[in-house]
Amino acid sequence: MTFDRAGRIFATVAGIALLAASGGAGAAKSKEKSSTAKATREYNKNPYPSTYRPYAGAPTALVGATVYDGAGGRIDNGVVLFFEGKVVALGGAELAIPDGYSRIDGTGKFVTPGIIDIHSHLGDYPTPSVQAHDDGNEATAPTTPEVWAEHSVWPQDPGFTRALANGGITSLQILPGSANLMGGRSVMLKNVPSRTVQGMKFPGAPYSLKMACGENPKRVYGGKGRMPSTRMGNFAVNRATWIKAQEYRAKRNDGKLETRDLGLETLAGVLDGEILIQNHCYRADEMALVLDMAKEFGYKVSSFHHAVESYKIGDLLKAAGTCSSIWADWWGFKMESYDGIPENAALLQAAGACVVIHSDDANGIQRLNQEAAKAQADGRRAGVRIADADVIRWLTLNPAAALGIDQQTGSLAPGKMADVVLWNGNPLSVYARPEKVWIDGALLFDALDAKRRPVSDFELGQPGEGDVK
Amino acid sequence: MNLRRPCIGFATALLGATSALPALAQDIAFTNATVVIGDGGAPIANGTVVVRGGKVVAAGAGVPVPAGLRIIDAQGGWVTPGLVVAVTDLGLVDVEAVDQSNDSTTEKSPFNAALDIAPAINPLAQPIAVSRAGGVTRAAVAPGGSGAIFAGQGALIDLGNDPDMVNRARAFQYIELGEAGAKLAGGSRVAAHAILRNALAEARDLSRRSGPSVTLGAAPGDPRLVSATPERAGDVLLSRFDAAALIPVVRGNQPLYVHVERAQDIRMALALKADFPALKLVLVGASEGWLVARELAASGVPVLATPLNDLPEQFEQLASTQSNVGRMAAAGVKVGLGAFFDQPRYAPQYAGNLVALSKLPGATGLSWGQAFAAISSVPAEIIGMGDRYGSLKPGRAGDVVVWDGDPLEVSSGPIAVYIDGVEQPLSNHQTRLRDRYRTPTEGALPKAYDW
Repeated sequence: MTFDRAGRIFATVAGIALLAASGGAGAAKSKEKSSTAKATREYNKNPYPSTYRPYAGAPTALVGATVYDGAGGRIDNGVVLFFEGKVVALGGAELAIPDGYSRIDGTGKFVTPGIIDIHSHLGDYPTPSVQAHDDGNEATAPTTPEVWAEHSVWPQDPGFTRALANGGITSLQILPGSANLMGGRSVMLKNVPSRTVQGMKFPGAPYSLKMACGENPKRVYGGKGRMPSTRMGNFAVNRATWIKAQEYRAKRNDGKLETRDLGLETLAGVLDGEILIQNHCYRADEMALVLDMAKEFGYKVSSFHHAVESYKIGDLLKAAGTCSSIWADWWGFKMESYDGIPENAALLQAAGACVVIHSDDANGIQRLNQEAAKAQADGRRAGVRIADADVIRWLTLNPAAALGIDQQTGSLAPGKMADVVLWNGNPLSVYARPEKVWIDGALLFDALDAKRRPVSDFELGQPGEGDVK
Repeated sequence: MNLRRPCIGFATALLGATSALPALAQDIAFTNATVVIGDGGAPIANGTVVVRGGKVVAAGAGVPVPAGLRIIDAQGGWVTPGLVVAVTDLGLVDVEAVDQSNDSTTEKSPFNAALDIAPAINPLAQPIAVSRAGGVTRAAVAPGGSGAIFAGQGALIDLGNDPDMVNRARAFQYIELGEAGAKLAGGSRVAAHAILRNALAEARDLSRRSGPSVTLGAAPGDPRLVSATPERAGDVLLSRFDAAALIPVVRGNQPLYVHVERAQDIRMALALKADFPALKLVLVGASEGWLVARELAASGVPVLATPLNDLPEQFEQLASTQSNVGRMAAAGVKVGLGAFFDQPRYAPQYAGNLVALSKLPGATGLSWGQAFAAISSVPAEIIGMGDRYGSLKPGRAGDVVVWDGDPLEVSSGPIAVYIDGVEQPLSNHQTRLRDRYRTPTEGALPKAYDW
């Protein structure tokens, strides 16, 4: 793919040799077919581009805090420097602070990369949770790969502000719901207030496709008297759809497409490896089947989501290189969650598989750090010891990697986005809160400054406007 | 266990009709512990707790240990009263989304106020075992909803590993009076208030006709079974069963738990006492309680608050903030944490978050002692059992939890749980799965043989 100056991505997937594929017929018709083929080949892959630009920030030196770098490293009495939106350096107390940097004393405090939630419905299931805001599931067909979550996201969802202030969330993936086997594309956001969703979109993040297995699709469509009504129906519909996607992709590669199909375009993008798979799935046996389906059609599952039974197949998940995006200890609320255990994360880590702690919840997103701490402690009680710095990775670099944005954010390394949280205590303690949150080096939340607290349009003039929340 | 039965030493040993070996209430001293009384005070270092005959005898620093007691050395851990959760659906549900296993909600019954959840409470439901392992020892179980604003009558239970878990049936009536109540009543709060007043009036009328002989209140007698009543008016709306169930409410013998969130809904709930002075109200939810904290405090009506709501989840919760509990408490409202229907074992985490707020400028939290009391003695008092459990004061039930650290800290967990002095098993479906899958790979035989 190539990028133009505005950041748009143009497809160049079809070979040059295919440009002349439509010979034989009359000249006018030939020209028409040729232009159609060209249009189906060289379409704009990024028609709703990010308009986000980092906000202004001062050159900043965080000094004296315990620093978790998000990649498993820990520096006591550390120094973190950032400038012009990027991390400049991090090190111990000996690290020189250049002139012009404002020092922030972090003694007794902690620094982490900005927290990343890989599974959120803020904006597409916003609060207030009235029916008019129900924009997360296009539950009218079991496969809707043609829908894009960004077309549902309401940037004024007050939940974004709570996630920032209480959870230190700087980036988050907004997913379609799980009613459908193929729910549509997700959108990756930076957690900045904006008039438009484009103003929140994470620049350069790849798209993901939300898939779902298990109870939800079969319940929703079985309940409508249509396929799928069983787990085997789930797989049959998925496989038939992937076959169509393979055919579409082959035609596209041969320059033989006569019209674009938004859904198949997304699925072909998955088969191309450009679009990642985020797969809602609870049970171990189903996850194992999905891994085989991915092999069958030649794609990779980037992460299973919810995955309460991942601990049963840590070895398979490790081999597949697939993350498990999980709660600490949600359990028992539906049949396929009945075998969830609080040691899920720890047993996965012990098996060498990738762990991500996610929320799927407008309240849980405010406490992902606490969820990680619970999962760590439940592991410790079961005899699995995991270092604090590795636990922080569950909230930072691991989700970034599963989202394909780990080159830009997720850890505090020179050149990466200065997405940083200064906590007023150990983030793995219930007593800690974000004190300051920077996104691309801009201070967007400060617990010590009431005016550095975003208030969504919805809350203006309403009870509690600007309250601490 | 049943609190109505005397709990003296080994007299409580035989539990219900179980054929298993009886669990014994032991005489125990918990030593070398940070002790939390649960009455709002600060933790006590190097403390001791003495339990005899299923009851707390003494707790604190410098407490002598009588001879002959079993000594549990907490090894520097924490010893607290068991957690009290009000209100919850514990025991009514195996799996929420599996309808057949869920007795919480009752949309299609011809009855509403008359519904009594006690017969449906299942002591072997996994959520009981999981909550017990989380340190929850007592709960007020509420019905999840009927087809009317009256959800029915809740019960007080203990989480002991025995079949006799209902301490008090028909302990309270639960109603919806906010957005949910409006919907159930026919589409508006207007309708909900009309239905409520009519129902209480019909109950009052039936009460008069029945005379003083009716056995009432949170007691063994079931007022619904009153039959020697004269004819009622021809235009009554409530069935006799429902109206009879509301007699203890209108007489003030049975508390009325009212779920409301909006500040104005809270005011309107408090105003009910003008027409029905005997009502014993308890408010549940109260996301906007801080806006009416002074009126609440003046009324003396206690609140079981959902602890961390800070989103405008519905229009009736526009002013939600995590400081709600702290602000109400600071104004003098008796406020316990509860009404969270996810998992009762999250109670300490919620309480810990309220302590964290006390360090945030502009926020109002709770002190550590207040926060722990908000999940132990305060809810116990609100449900009318403050003299029976919820703290480690002398004479209270021997409900004791030993923790491996600060119980409000997310990294801590219970290592032993006692109810009425009886040590409780902490194993459950989850712990068994954990043990089976410590390593995922299968051995010489499939995992199914590993148990």
